[in-house]
Amino acid sequence: MVTYFRNIGLGIWTIISSMAVASRHLFTPSVTLQYPKERWQMPERSRMRLSNKIEDCIGCGQCARACPTSCILVKTEKRDKDEPPVFASDGTAKKLRTYVFDIDMTLCCYCGLCTFACPTRCLTMTGDYEYSVYNKDDHIYHFAVETPKAGAEAEKQNPAKD
Amino acid sequence: MESIAKLLQAIPEYDALPELLQFLIPIVTSCVIIFALLALCVLFMVWLERKVSAHIQDRLGPMVVGGWHGWAQTLADALKLFLKEDIVPASVDKVLFKMAPFIVFLGAFAAYVVLPFGASSFVTDLNIGILYIVAISSLSVIGIIMAGWASNNKYSLYGSMRAAAQIISYEIPAALSIMAVVISVGSLSMIEIVEAQKGSFLNWFIIKNPFIFLAFIIYFIASLAEVNRTPFDLPEAESELVAGYHTEYSGMRFAFFFLAEYANMFLVASVATTLFLGGWTLPIPLLSEIIPGPIIFLAKALLLIFIQMWMRWSLPRLRVDQLIYVNWKVLMPISFVLILGAGWMAIR
Amino acid sequence: MEVDYSGDIMTLNMGPQHPSTHGVLRLVLKTDGEIVADAVPHIGYLHRCFEKHVEDVDYAGVVPFTDRMDYCAAMNMEQGYVLAVEKLMGIEVNDRVRYLRIIMAELSRIASHLIAAGTYGNDIGSFTPFLWCFRDREKILDFFEETCGARLLYNYHWVGGLMHDIKPGMEQKIVEFVDYFEPQVDNLNRLLSDNYIFIQRTANVGIMSPETAISYGVTGPNLRGSGVQFDVRKDEPYLGYEELEFEVQVGKGEHGPVGSCWDRYMVRIREVKESCKIIRQAVARLTPGDVREKVPKRIKPPAGEVYMRTEAPRGELGYYIVSDGSLKPYRLKVKSPCFTVMSAFREVSRGAMIADIISILGSFDIVLGEIDR
Repeated sequence: MVTYFRNIGLGIWTIISSMAVASRHLFTPSVTLQYPKERWQMPERSRMRLSNKIEDCIGCGQCARACPTSCILVKTEKRDKDEPPVFASDGTAKKLRTYVFDIDMTLCCYCGLCTFACPTRCLTMTGDYEYSVYNKDDHIYHFAVETPKAGAEAEKQNPAKD
Repeated sequence: MESIAKLLQAIPEYDALPELLQFLIPIVTSCVIIFALLALCVLFMVWLERKVSAHIQDRLGPMVVGGWHGWAQTLADALKLFLKEDIVPASVDKVLFKMAPFIVFLGAFAAYVVLPFGASSFVTDLNIGILYIVAISSLSVIGIIMAGWASNNKYSLYGSMRAAAQIISYEIPAALSIMAVVISVGSLSMIEIVEAQKGSFLNWFIIKNPFIFLAFIIYFIASLAEVNRTPFDLPEAESELVAGYHTEYSGMRFAFFFLAEYANMFLVASVATTLFLGGWTLPIPLLSEIIPGPIIFLAKALLLIFIQMWMRWSLPRLRVDQLIYVNWKVLMPISFVLILGAGWMAIR
Repeated sequence: MEVDYSGDIMTLNMGPQHPSTHGVLRLVLKTDGEIVADAVPHIGYLHRCFEKHVEDVDYAGVVPFTDRMDYCAAMNMEQGYVLAVEKLMGIEVNDRVRYLRIIMAELSRIASHLIAAGTYGNDIGSFTPFLWCFRDREKILDFFEETCGARLLYNYHWVGGLMHDIKPGMEQKIVEFVDYFEPQVDNLNRLLSDNYIFIQRTANVGIMSPETAISYGVTGPNLRGSGVQFDVRKDEPYLGYEELEFEVQVGKGEHGPVGSCWDRYMVRIREVKESCKIIRQAVARLTPGDVREKVPKRIKPPAGEVYMRTEAPRGELGYYIVSDGSLKPYRLKVKSPCFTVMSAFREVSRGAMIADIISILGSFDIVLGEIDR
């Protein structure tokens, strides 16, 4: 009998206590960010979209080897000795001509291992997160600007590094 | 309704219309007005619920639709539901499936005709007012059972069985606590109950009589169970039965269930205001002349609705057997004691 | 509940898509009215061939995959793997790395228990604690984002060290967060844990006796909720947990018998406070150093096998690695704590009501990514 009344009393007391705690939050400011109008500042180490500064890329293919999901495709060929030498911005000689540098962002797992493998630090992960596209093929980024010297023969002689 | 009838007399050639039409037009007009008011109230209540829940949870709620704090959000949602495809699954019992939402809504809507919003703002003053409300609002149980059975879905059946058990059980403490007020007044008519609370704040039943204060608490809790609100919302427990008895409904039919739930909420809040909080009376002399009766009534009803929403967003839900335990072993004995107490105080 | 007659058995399918099965889990319930006669879990809807896939990836590249097993507590998953490889290679990391790893693991534990508490409240019907828990979790995820750039799947623990050092001034912010957070736990208790309705829903439900738990191999808060005092951080300490002072919280059966859903839930809430203690001690012991000092250029462990156990938020996580001396693992097997607790689900849920099934499932706090891998 006593437990019956004690339980009723306990029930009422805890219900009022819960409601009091909840009501305090009616007066605290909310933590919502009104997204398109207000945007959060991304920290500098954010790992979002990949971007490659192709002028500094020496075509070593370390990024393609480090990637756990095989999303980077790098194809290179040796430059001829009679071509003028090309250098990256930190002075490294670019001995290879990179004619294919594709990153498939739909395969990328955003781990960042490729950025650590790059010796010239040309491959970086930016803080850009609004990059949806209408066509899935637009998620494959083609960074290479140079063209191979010969045509299909050159591709057969230099197997792709991936 | 009488005032509508008087207004209509002013139109020339009104007397030339046949008797039947002269009888029907005021009724239909009142119903349309009540439905319009109801729709507006529900619109506001849904918006209020979303805002209250958002601020309790440290969020903002609707902010965009319509400009200032998303006031038109419910309109947009209603429009969306209206434009949805009307899906009637192939294996349901078609007649029952289609009728169910309307019966549930009817149970709530039909009771609005006796609610006294103001001294002369009511549709009709039945001399069995409160009894009529209790009787008509139990019509919705039939609609719920129809919805659950006709959906041909185990989850819906579970939900509707639970809802039926819950609503039928909780009608008893609700009716008994209403009895406590009726005993104090001596009449079932809603207008007379409000008239008995005129004069001063101390005349309001909630303050006048300690037994009736407890009856108010019992009625409030029992009416939460009638409306299927948390902590008694097991029939529509989202996390267990997906959506209970209205799983298979979409579009406008679902909108009717939704409308019925909020209409029910407003109904029980209005009944509680009339019986316990003094209806449309406000004993402060200056204000009661400026502010019209319906506004005062609405304000009190909204206060109760706000408390209902506050309870929903702070408390977990009860399991079925605990729900039934609370009703039969806690609320009912207390309400019996209250009737005895109210009767004793009335005889004194 | 007792029944004095038995009606027809109805088979109810709580399918893979359900609002409260914490992932894609299928439960086939045989119910007699409202009481469950048998509940069989069917898993495998999230199987992604993790163990086979990593046989083709080098050791450093496995870490992003371990993140994705238990995505709610990714730091602990990475940590188990990295410690296993370091044990195989015999690498000893420096003090700064050790204490940073402890801080990250405990922050991840708090984040994971906040999800557990919030979603459990959601299942029971109280929608507000979910939002409050996630608000606090956001602050922890902001720390992770400042440090390594990602909020949920970090790739932060590397074999031999860490990806980045924490930014200067971050230790101060972490201690401020812990100071802000401990009163919030009391708030949560007032709202949910001490609420009479919540106690009625959970305190006499899903009783798992210590013998049942041990015989099924259940570990972590589920085991400690039944009163057994077992924590890998105390019994087989790693990373330097033996130097830190904290208590192992067990269920005491304050409301109802020991081993109920309420006990398991409360063990998690109390563990959160212990984690706060650990974080404070670890921050006080941080010494300057280089976090990538011992990271090898190419990770090529000697041929052999290793088994490493760590305390993940959901139980004892075990990694068994067989190496054949090459750059890629020969075999990697994960002992997932949620998998073992699901095997105990059938016995614990016998005789419960349907509403209790949800309660029991929520108190076990499973993540399907870890069960299915």
